[in-house]
Amino acid sequence: MLDTASQGATLVSREKRGHLRRRWITALLMVAPFVIIYLVFLIFPTFRVLQLSLTNADLTGQGQYIGLGNYTRLLREPTFWTALLNTLYFILLTVIPNTIVGLVLALLVTRLKRLKGLVLACFFLPYVLPVSVVTNIWNWLLDSNFGIVNTLTGSSVAWFQDPVWAMPAVAFVTIWWTVGFNILLFIAGLQNISPEIYEAAALDGASGPRLFWSITWPNLWPVTSLVLLLQLIAQFKIFDQVYLLTAGGPFDRTLVLLLYSYREGFQQQHGGYASTIGVVLMVVILAASLLQSRVLNRGERA
Amino acid sequence: MTVASAPRTARRTVSPSVRLARLWGGVVTALTVLLAALWVFPVYWAAVTSIKPDEETIVTPPTFWPQTLDLSNYTYILQNSPLVRWYANSILTSLAITVLVLLLSLLCAYALSQIDFRGRQWLYWLVLVGFMLPFQASLIPLFILINNLGLVNNFAGLILPQLAAPIAVVIYKQFFDQIPHELGDAARIDGAGEWRVLFSIFLPLNWSITVALAIVTFIAAWNNFLWPFIVLNDPPKLTIPVGITQVQSAYGVAYAKTMATAMTAALPTMIAYLIFQRRVTEGVMATAGLKG
Repeated sequence: MLDTASQGATLVSREKRGHLRRRWITALLMVAPFVIIYLVFLIFPTFRVLQLSLTNADLTGQGQYIGLGNYTRLLREPTFWTALLNTLYFILLTVIPNTIVGLVLALLVTRLKRLKGLVLACFFLPYVLPVSVVTNIWNWLLDSNFGIVNTLTGSSVAWFQDPVWAMPAVAFVTIWWTVGFNILLFIAGLQNISPEIYEAAALDGASGPRLFWSITWPNLWPVTSLVLLLQLIAQFKIFDQVYLLTAGGPFDRTLVLLLYSYREGFQQQHGGYASTIGVVLMVVILAASLLQSRVLNRGERA
Repeated sequence: MTVASAPRTARRTVSPSVRLARLWGGVVTALTVLLAALWVFPVYWAAVTSIKPDEETIVTPPTFWPQTLDLSNYTYILQNSPLVRWYANSILTSLAITVLVLLLSLLCAYALSQIDFRGRQWLYWLVLVGFMLPFQASLIPLFILINNLGLVNNFAGLILPQLAAPIAVVIYKQFFDQIPHELGDAARIDGAGEWRVLFSIFLPLNWSITVALAIVTFIAAWNNFLWPFIVLNDPPKLTIPVGITQVQSAYGVAYAKTMATAMTAALPTMIAYLIFQRRVTEGVMATAGLKG
């Protein structure tokens, strides 16, 4: 501690105190730029969204305190439940499938001897594309009249305009776009399993599926749970691809929470009500994050 | 690598079961390569479409290689949309974000890791909490704030909120924590100040993670959609991922032009990935909480 120096301060300790003071100022100068921006643009808006959710503010932030009015309105609003269920449906269609596809592709890539880098690049490349490029490409591939998918399969489904197919189509595009990330994490996990375990098991006569279920799968579980939770958090925040591919349609079939909040806030100028949806989103994501940090900490301790 | 470490078999004794295993292995390899080709096909298809004349994009059966090479789609979109302007905006803002994110996180993480000051633990705890806060949830107050600061349609309004990302701080701190204290102390005894120690010892030692973070940050900044979409409305101010969503309607069903636009917008991140594959992998691992 800085100020617990004893009363009989000698020249040395005063010098030391000056030194500590300089250090403190240096530290302050180093952390200040980040901390200020961080407080202003992340922490402050987080408190402000809680406060706004209790008002009937518009998009300028001016409004009156209305208590829990927005929350009770939200619970009675069918569109909110539609958005919530659609978000959960999207999560169902993406989180586990994306994890399984990632795992299978990682297993296939790791066993390659030649072409490994090239094959991995093929699977990862979509991940570095901007979302609007991804949606442009898939709008073209799945175009109902001239798209190559319908031309080759003879289908005439207008994928992103079809009430049944719109959400699965968005989910499929999402998996195509993001699976490369999961593949990388799974490959890292696979490389961390020591070859000796496999050799020992092989000596015991285990092979094929047996090796997978009794060695790969349990050893890979920390990475798998990480992938599942990162996905879960990411997919709750889904906005971009839905907005660009379907704009929430047809008939709100792909309206998700963030898109609902965007509509209420930026199109209807209901800042307070939109903030309420934001708070719901935040609570859900924080719960998932806490779960994630617990799982991660357990992984680190092991 | 590890999965396929099958027991070694002598070359000459090729028993039927080994031959079967090899055949099976060959089939799986072929399927993997086929799947990879299929996976990247949409990107190929976009590229091929972009160099076809419009009439050829809608013929049945589709042509998998352009019958007539037509680069006019590219010249058309460059001349008839603010694409070059958006490109410049994207390059400028993405570079600014990359440099500033790295610099601010580097300084903050160094102090948190190496300087013993009051409130250090508390500050790190704050950074870790913010790590979990989704900015998407507070989009409305963030927009109101930027609007009150008069920064809507302004690059400062685009850049500043993107600097409040704690992830690089956490990564840098983890890397700095692993460097033995003696290294810095030796330089301090020789009279070097903290800034000297940071820039001449700690930064060079973490050069590879810095490069990896720089590339990942640049790609993420270039690809960012939601915030630029909210904060920029003025067409000449747009960044490329937002801008290209504005022009496609103007082309109607002219998919060759739309794909030329898409390919142009994707080019920088695709090239960055193909050149720096290993760095991108390291950066992705670090940001996911697994060290590369």
